[in-house]
Amino acid sequence: MTWLDIVILIVKCIVLTLAATTMFAYFTLFERRLLARLQNRVGPNRAGAIPLPGGQRILGGWLQPAADAVKLFFKEDVVPVMADKWVYIMAPGFAVIPALIIWVAIPLGYWPDGAGGNLLQLAEIDVAILYLLAVTSVGVYGIAIAGWASNNKYSMLGGIRATAQVISYELALGLAVLGVVMQAQSFRTDTIVDAQTTLWYIVPQFLGFVIFLVASTAEVVRAPFDLVEAEQELVGGYNTEYGSMKFALFFMSEYIKLIAMNAIAVTLFLGGWKVPGLQTLADAVTASFGANIGNAVFGLTSLGAFLLKVTVLSFVSVWVRATLPRVRYDQLMDLGWKVLLPLALINVALTAIVNVILPDNIWISGIVLFVLGLATLIGATILSRPKYTSSQVTMVKNNARS
Amino acid sequence: MLANYAFIGIFFIAALIFPLIPLIAAWRLRPARPTATKLDTYECGLEVIGETRVQFRVQYYLYALAFVIFDVEMVFLYPWAVAYNQLGLYGLLAMTVFIVILVFGLAYEWKKGALEWV
Amino acid sequence: MTSAPVATRDLSIPSPGDITRPALAGEKETMVLNMGPHHPSTHGVLRLVVELDGETVVNVAPDVGFLHTGIEKSMESKTYQKSLVMTDRTDYLAPLSNNLCYVLAVEKLLNCEIPPRATAARVLLVELQRISSHLVWLGTHALDLAAMSVFLYGFREREQILDIFELVSGARMMTSYFRVGGLAYDLPAEFPATVQAFLDIIDGRIDEYEDLLTHNPLWLERTKGIGILDAEAAVAFGVTGPGLRAAGISWDLRKDMPYCDYDSYDFAVPIAQNGDTYDRYLVRMAEMRQSARICRQALQRLHDLGPGPYVTTDRKIAPPPKSEITHSMESLIHHFKLWTEGFKPPRGDAFVAIESPRGELATYIVSDGSPKPYRVHMRTPSFVNLQALPYMARGYLVADLVALTASMDPVLGEVDR
Repeated sequence: MTWLDIVILIVKCIVLTLAATTMFAYFTLFERRLLARLQNRVGPNRAGAIPLPGGQRILGGWLQPAADAVKLFFKEDVVPVMADKWVYIMAPGFAVIPALIIWVAIPLGYWPDGAGGNLLQLAEIDVAILYLLAVTSVGVYGIAIAGWASNNKYSMLGGIRATAQVISYELALGLAVLGVVMQAQSFRTDTIVDAQTTLWYIVPQFLGFVIFLVASTAEVVRAPFDLVEAEQELVGGYNTEYGSMKFALFFMSEYIKLIAMNAIAVTLFLGGWKVPGLQTLADAVTASFGANIGNAVFGLTSLGAFLLKVTVLSFVSVWVRATLPRVRYDQLMDLGWKVLLPLALINVALTAIVNVILPDNIWISGIVLFVLGLATLIGATILSRPKYTSSQVTMVKNNARS
Repeated sequence: MLANYAFIGIFFIAALIFPLIPLIAAWRLRPARPTATKLDTYECGLEVIGETRVQFRVQYYLYALAFVIFDVEMVFLYPWAVAYNQLGLYGLLAMTVFIVILVFGLAYEWKKGALEWV
Repeated sequence: MTSAPVATRDLSIPSPGDITRPALAGEKETMVLNMGPHHPSTHGVLRLVVELDGETVVNVAPDVGFLHTGIEKSMESKTYQKSLVMTDRTDYLAPLSNNLCYVLAVEKLLNCEIPPRATAARVLLVELQRISSHLVWLGTHALDLAAMSVFLYGFREREQILDIFELVSGARMMTSYFRVGGLAYDLPAEFPATVQAFLDIIDGRIDEYEDLLTHNPLWLERTKGIGILDAEAAVAFGVTGPGLRAAGISWDLRKDMPYCDYDSYDFAVPIAQNGDTYDRYLVRMAEMRQSARICRQALQRLHDLGPGPYVTTDRKIAPPPKSEITHSMESLIHHFKLWTEGFKPPRGDAFVAIESPRGELATYIVSDGSPKPYRVHMRTPSFVNLQALPYMARGYLVADLVALTASMDPVLGEVDR
């Protein structure tokens, strides 16, 4: 470990932090534009618009996140006089730091360079999956502490409810990830990505993927599970009393966690940075332009594929937010404990049984698991439908009198 | 291999410093004109009624308790997950017994209403 | 998954003081939550003092009066024609309904003949107003339950309706288009085509909203069995409108005490059985479709009637057209008298009730023979419907409180006046 290595490492850390922050900023823009389009309106399209000679403007809105950040810098920050001052100030830090350090263990791509290659991952640790789950769990402290420290009934309620929600869904999350670990027989994220060269884990672990998506949406406290911060009910929940930069940090932590969850889902279920045909493409480019360019193509394409997959999952996340009503709190807890947890256990059982009994052909066991997972999902949907009394609207007094 | 953890440590420090920079910048840049009304606790525009630190509902504690139990179960499941292939049928049965015991626990909690929110 | 109401026959309506008083010895400690006037969810400046036992609502005290502007009193110092504009501001989501109720009451005092063209136009516009008001209800109700997109889709249709109002009267919301004797101005030439264009698309759009919500499991979970207002309690509180009809009681003033020739139109009255939030939702969606049906018939009737007078020819009530003033002395004098003094109805009183989108809206006018009303009182549906809120909310959760308040569709302008 020479000094140069340490400097390179520090530069990598800064780059990753800035990348995470920029991804967050443009994710907010992406969400606002997409939400707007789904709601028959246009999102932010003025900030940073470049006027063309013909009178039209392009790239409208790309500076909106910067404008919002600048605004937040200049807002007055009101610390309620009854709040626990230092805990109140530290709470956003407790929320942001775990959100940022998740990114350490996610492979963003692969840049081959002859001997081995450079995995675009900051730290290749042997227990990456456990690390990811642990950091996600630590993230709940920020919310709990923020709710408590504000000394506001609403904030406290919001904080505790958020905490209970997050820990309830962590179980389903962990068990869904367990299924992937069983498939790949390793805790390392890069090994899991490599194991998906033939078949992405979304096929054998379809049930696990669905559970992971639902559980991660609830973990990040996002629609339709965002009752905790629902403006309509509790006026902001745990961040009612936060303004200006501290609120921005909470906001940032939520979105960075969301993107990180999507990135983990891509790594575990959607093949990470792998794209079918990537190796052949890189070989073709190497044949024509030489090894350096070929490696660069491989690296950049892998990174691009990863980001594209994360974008697809983000699109789904925003789409769900635009469409579905909010789930009430007791229904949320019922979903987490009585539906997702048993389903996740069934997923583990199915994976174990199929992988022990069936031969080692990944395609056969994959398709069998997919079919079993799908059947379980359909069965669970049918079983967990509540029985309602029927509602009929009768039309009376139908016609004119005379 | 252990050096990777050092990387995490350095990134942790970077992540620690990162929120401080905008906080300090904002502290220097923003106006600070507190008035009594601004510093008051928010309760929809009126005076605060009642105590803030009200008694917790025990339901939160029950959820946390159940979480601890199942989290420990998960922790035991993880090492088995990477080795179950080699353990064959015996390992499978042993783990099935373990999980079934805990599933009984979940079913008992469910029946007794410890998982009900209201 | 929801607890049933705690007290099924407790019809009391608490006041805020009942809830905020300190607990007596032996009474359970409960938390008091103030969903105050400044809150993103309550529909207007409604303050709800909620007593919670954990998550469950034990009692709710609605505290109203934050929007009181003395409309009824102000009307006593304006002539009849001028105090019409104050009625727009009571139920600000259905101004034309308020106009209609007031104008019908004054016409009853005056015993005035209304030309059929004006009556048909009134019915058409009031039914369009009903659709517009229900679209706001749907949007805000869905928004309270976080189905945000329905809000924007509903407002897209409402924009078309507001454009129609702007076409006829010049104003989108506070139109004051109905005047004593008929309408303020004649319907413009583009009116039939514009309304027809709207009526062609509205049924498809209502189908879209129903696709998004009616069978959505999350919507069902949030609205089914919530805020049950059974028929007996509804009648005991005096609830009218969709709240009453969702409880199973078939009472619609357009059918049972018809006004403006409503008994000559073919339409149905939707009723449901359970009286919960979902049923109120279904009833209002069906009402929107029936309103569109009435609008089509009214449009056809306007077409069949052909051009004609849009306001009564009694010059003592309605001003003459401006063109007549230049060559007719009587018209000039009538115009002068109407603008300086106003018409003087005979001594007496009149009570007229109509079916506004929220229920029974009634105006009671007492005249002492002077050009200004002696007393105007508006029996507004939201004020009476709001009484049922504590009964409906007891035993449910705080999140349900938001949903069921939205389903009662209160408009604070008409609660407080």
